[in-house]
Order: sequence, then structure tokens, then C-alpha cells
Amino acid sequence: MALVLNEDQSFIQATAAEFCASKAPTTAFRALRENPGPAGYDEGTWQAMVELGWTGITLPEAVGGTDFGWQAMGTILEQTGRHLAASPLLSSVVLGSSALALSSNRALADALLPEVVEGKIRLALALEESPHHQPYGAALTATAKGDAVQLKGEKRFVIDGGSAEQIIVVARESGAPGDRDGLGLYLVPREAGITATAEKLADYRAYARLTIDATVDASQRLGDADLLDAVLDRGRAALAAEMLGGAQAAFDQTIAYLKERKQFGQVIGSFQGLKHRAADLFGEIELARSTVLDALAALDEGRDDAALAVSLAKAKVGEVLHAVSCEALQMHGGIGMTDEFDIGFYMKRARVQEQLLGNQTFHRSRYAALAGY
Amino acid sequence: MKLAFTPEENAFRDEVRAFFASALTPELAHAGRHMTSVYSSKEHALAWQKILYDQGWLVPSWPEEYGGCNWSLTQRYIFACERARAKPPALSPMGLSMLGPALLGCGTEAQKQHYLPRILRGEDYWCQGYSEPQAGSDLATLQCSAVRDGDHYILNGTKIWTTHAQYATHMFCLVRTGTFDRPQKGITFLLLPMDAEGITITPIRFVSGAATQAQVFFDNVRVDASQRVGEENDGWTVAKYLLEFERGGGASAPGLLEGVEDLHTFAESLPEAERGALTLRLHALTSRIEALEMAELQALAETERRGSPGPGASMLKLLGTELSQALTELQVEALGPYGLVHQPQALAFESNVAPVGPAAGLTTVPFYLNNRAATIYAGSSEVQRNIISKAVLGL
Repeated sequence: MALVLNEDQSFIQATAAEFCASKAPTTAFRALRENPGPAGYDEGTWQAMVELGWTGITLPEAVGGTDFGWQAMGTILEQTGRHLAASPLLSSVVLGSSALALSSNRALADALLPEVVEGKIRLALALEESPHHQPYGAALTATAKGDAVQLKGEKRFVIDGGSAEQIIVVARESGAPGDRDGLGLYLVPREAGITATAEKLADYRAYARLTIDATVDASQRLGDADLLDAVLDRGRAALAAEMLGGAQAAFDQTIAYLKERKQFGQVIGSFQGLKHRAADLFGEIELARSTVLDALAALDEGRDDAALAVSLAKAKVGEVLHAVSCEALQMHGGIGMTDEFDIGFYMKRARVQEQLLGNQTFHRSRYAALAGY
Repeated sequence: MKLAFTPEENAFRDEVRAFFASALTPELAHAGRHMTSVYSSKEHALAWQKILYDQGWLVPSWPEEYGGCNWSLTQRYIFACERARAKPPALSPMGLSMLGPALLGCGTEAQKQHYLPRILRGEDYWCQGYSEPQAGSDLATLQCSAVRDGDHYILNGTKIWTTHAQYATHMFCLVRTGTFDRPQKGITFLLLPMDAEGITITPIRFVSGAATQAQVFFDNVRVDASQRVGEENDGWTVAKYLLEFERGGGASAPGLLEGVEDLHTFAESLPEAERGALTLRLHALTSRIEALEMAELQALAETERRGSPGPGASMLKLLGTELSQALTELQVEALGPYGLVHQPQALAFESNVAPVGPAAGLTTVPFYLNNRAATIYAGSSEVQRNIISKAVLGL
């Protein structure tokens, strides 16, 4: 287990911390909320992330990447989570690029990945059709028509689904919704017949309902449920890293407040009722951090228990982030309820992150099933 | 909890149920079912208040001579359950449940005669000026000053987290009139009109996006000394008495149990991976709420015996708000992203915007976010634990 960062990873982490603090702090997110623009994130900040090489961190040099791996990617997402920096890193770089990079369709992957790395193309994964994460729940149909495939149906809550140029659509080729067999993943250009309607969630990020009626060449097929599972686990681990950053930020801001706010003639951090709870949370965050680092390392090392490690991390960090965001607001008292303070933003982002790619209950169940309980 | 009712009590329940069914207009029924906090709008609260006033059921627990109903405890419990079932708009509690009982207990005859009928008829709409930026949990260190000048007090300072200050006609507030060996001494309880010269009100936007609370500033505001409740420098006694009514005296369990029922029904539509675990947690929560219901019934009896809720109100406030948060946590989780959709337009009465996801989800997250304040307002959970350990356990 690689639970400490190596030199490269530490450098990437420091760069990401400095970049997010100066270029994408919570004040920038606040401005985005008032004026989200077409993508829901700042295009200039995104291009700067591309220039820093963040689009190629997990990809091989052959397609323009740097191959630093998932632990390095995790350090970046931890920082974007810390500062609530909005970007298509999760939708396009983690989920989208993984679908291409892990696909057996090398022709398609080799043609497109360099463009994704250069930031010319953004990808999104269109999976969910209901408000709950159901990896094999697709009902959207894929019907073969000669050398072409017709895709027809609707997708919900697609992350950055309104701005990505190419959408990876999870479709049902045979069987019934819920069956792991019979799924196909297709790369579909937006203009091939995808209509997006914005879906606004509590975290002010960009999601879309996609109405799909598109016909694409059969060569646009990327893979089946094996590919989907591998892609989702990378997404879950990366999201868990982002959530860890949010939990750490909310906790750090709360500790600072406990040392500053005075009541009963002393700083409230001196009260045992708060001290003990802060100490408990500190321990919980450290536990969550270990599970996240282990999940990312499992992906880098290709371990056969990677899925187990990922579900453990997503469930644990979800649980801890939930508790931290509630306690952070509670310990801030009335000022924590105000829109003017950032603490509420972490809570709202947390509630959405908990649901994305499987909530705590989903991953506890999956962990139990994989572990053979 | 299932109580065994007498035929008379069953008839009373039918009467109350029929009243709620006929008295709630479509607009008020919509408003009651789409509340995003424990407060309804002033307009809806007062419209519903007038209907209850005309029926004679506005303040069942008050003495009969001031408008009370002389109901038995069982009747009051039945009324609370039927109200939870019918989901009318919430009444504004500041006059009816806080200042009213405080005046009944501590006010002069002239204050009772003047203010109580106006509270009941909705002619005055009250807000509560307790917290200050530097006096939250440590309320007794409040600094907003009142200096005596002949027959008047002159107020300077600020109050914060004042719910509906921007809609209120009057405020009851705590001010500093003296400095003594302990901060609780030197506080005075005053009543004042919100249109007095020198008052400025700034609404505060909360995490839910709503601005239900405000900060109020006083700049040489003159208040007639006859508007003092209790003795000068002894307002803490009135304040604590009022807080017992704010914290306890209510019945939150019937409403929570309605929420549990709705969630049980909804849970049936969940994917199998989540349904079983959620149902187990819902069962655990339900059993705790049922225990709270019994405690609330006991407290009703205790309040009747001693005249005010007493320090036990802190335990009910702590349990009621934490269970309410536990319930809303489960609601948000059960709805998934449907519960997180930001769609305030779809909330309005006769809105032509269709809700995304089930209509029940429209208020889930706004209410959830507002409800995070429940363990902070009226004394945070930490303060309630302090009160319990000190006033109840003698630690």
C-alpha cells in the first residue's frame, strides 16, 4: 500500500494547491453561481488546467499524457474539492478519458485522446436514467441497423452533459434494465442527435437531462459492462478524493473559527463539548484519507481488489464528509447558516457528491457483496 | 403511539378532522404542504390564524378568559395529531406561543389587556430580539443598550437572526440597562414598535437561498418605559420563562411520524441495493420518534401541573430537533438527486412549472437546509445539554 505521496505526486499536489488558491478559490465559485456561463465553470480557468497538464495525468505518453497515475490525479482533485473549483475534470478527464483509454477500440481512442489532452474536446458519461445510481439500469436502446446503431432514450443528471462535445452513452443492446449483460458504451458526438436540458442541483454545478435519438457507426462502440465498471471505479475513486478535500477544508475552516469565536468570555474551542467532537472528526477524516489513498493506489497497481477498495473509500468518505459538513455548520452556529459564509457551500456540494456514482448505502452494499458477506 | 379513545374523544377527533378538511382553502392547503422552513409566510400564517380564531381554537392552552379552550390533555393531543395530518400553514409563534404566555405570566394587567387581543386577532405581528452578533450561545452578555431618559428608554445597538423582522409590526427584546456582578443581571425586557424612528432592518440570506432572518439596528430609538415587561434589570427572568415556551410546550412527534409514513411509502420505489438498509434505519428512527411522542405527552401534563414547561423543555427541544434532522437526512437520501433539484419556481401556488421528480421532493432540500438551524436556534444543542446538566442534573 502506497499511503504516502512520492516526490512527483507531492510536486503535483503543491502546484494544484497553489493554482486553486490563486485561480479558483471559493470567491470564484461564488461569482460562477451568480453568472454560470454556458458551461457552468470558467473557461479560462479550465484552459489553464489544460496547460498545467491535468488532462493527461493518467494517460500514456503516446497520446500526450504524462502517466503519473491515479494517486497524482487524486491529489489534484483533493485540491479542487478543497476550493470548490468547478471544472470538467471529473466528467471529461476522469470518466470520459478512462472510457477511451481502457477501451479495446484502439482506433477511436488513439484518434480522440490527444484532442482531449489538448483540451480541444470535452467528454461526458451519460449513464443514469433514474435519480439513483444504477450502473446496469440502462433502458436507452441500441438497435443495430446494418453498419449503424440507433440510440434512443433519455439520460438524467449527466455531469457537464450540456457542454461536452462528445458523449459516452451507456445503452441497452439486449436483456432488461438491471442486467449486467447486454450493455454497450457508444461515443456519440453531440450534434448526432442529443438535446440537453440543464438540471440544476443544490451545488450549482452543471448537470443535464439528455434526450438522445442518434444514429452512429457501429465502430463508435467502446465496450460493455466490463469497461463501464472499470470507468466507474476510476470516477468513484477520483470523486472520493475530491470529497476528501471538501471535508478537510470544511474542517480546517471550523477549527479556525473555534479558535477565534468567543462566548462565555473565552474562545469556544476551549469548551470540552466542542473539543471532543473536533478530535473525533479529525480521526474520522484521517481514516477516510487512508481509504482514498488505498483506492487510488489499487487502481495504479492494477490490484484485483480495486473494486472493493474503491467502494470502501466512497462509502467511508461519504459518511465522513456528511458528518463533517453537518458539524462544521453546527459549530459555526448562526453565522454558518448564512449564504455569506462558505460552510453552507461545502454542505450543498457534499450532498450531491454523496449521491453521484453511488451513495454510502450503495457502496456499503457493494462492498459487502464483493467481500462475500 | 395508539391511545384508546372514548366515544366522546372519537367524536371530538371527527369534529377536528372535519374542521381541517373544510377550513383549509386550496391556497392555504398548498402553502401548508409546501413549507420550506418551520415558518409560513406572514400572509398565509395570518390567514390561517384568522380561521382558527373565528373557530375559537387558536390558543387551546391559554386560560379560558383570554381565549383558551379548556380542553383535556387527550383533546389537545388529538388536535395536534389532526393538525399534523392536515398540514395547515404554520402559525407565527412569536406572539401566540412566546410573548403571549410570557405576558400571561409576567405582564401587567394593562399590557395583557392591550396586547393579548391584538396578538389573537393578528393585528400585531411580533418578532424576537434576543441574539446579537457577539451574544449567541452566551446570550446573557448581550450589549444592546437602553438608557433611561425620563419616561423613555433610548436604545442603541443591534439584534441578529431576527425571524421575520422585516414583516413584523412589533419586537420584544432584551436590552442592557445596567452592569452588575453577573451578566444575567442588568438585562431588561422591552416591547417596541418596528416603525419607531432609528430602526434599520437588513435581511440575511441563508444557505437555502431564503432571507427569513434579518439583522436589526437601533440608533437612538425611544421606547416608552410603560413597555417594559417585568422589573428593570430583571428581564432575564422573563426571557428564561419565555424560552421555556419557545423550546417546549409543542408537539413535534405527530408531524415527524407523518413524515416517517410518507418515507416508508416512498422507500418501496427505491432500488433494492438501498431499500433494505434505508428501511432498517427508518425503523430505528421511528422507534425513537415514538418514544419522543410519549415524552411530549408527559411534558404536556407537567406543563399543566406547574404552569410552564420548566427546564425539561430543553430535552424535548434537543430530541425533537435532532430527530427532525435525522428524518430530513433520510428524506434527502431516499429522493437522491430528485431531492436536490433547485426548482423554487415549481413551488408557487398554481405554478405552471412542472416539478422535476416527485412533487414531494419539491420542499425536501429547502426544508432540509433551513432545518439545519433547528439545532442552533432557541439555544443550540450544546446549550440545551448544558442546561440539562445544570438545571436538571445539578452538575
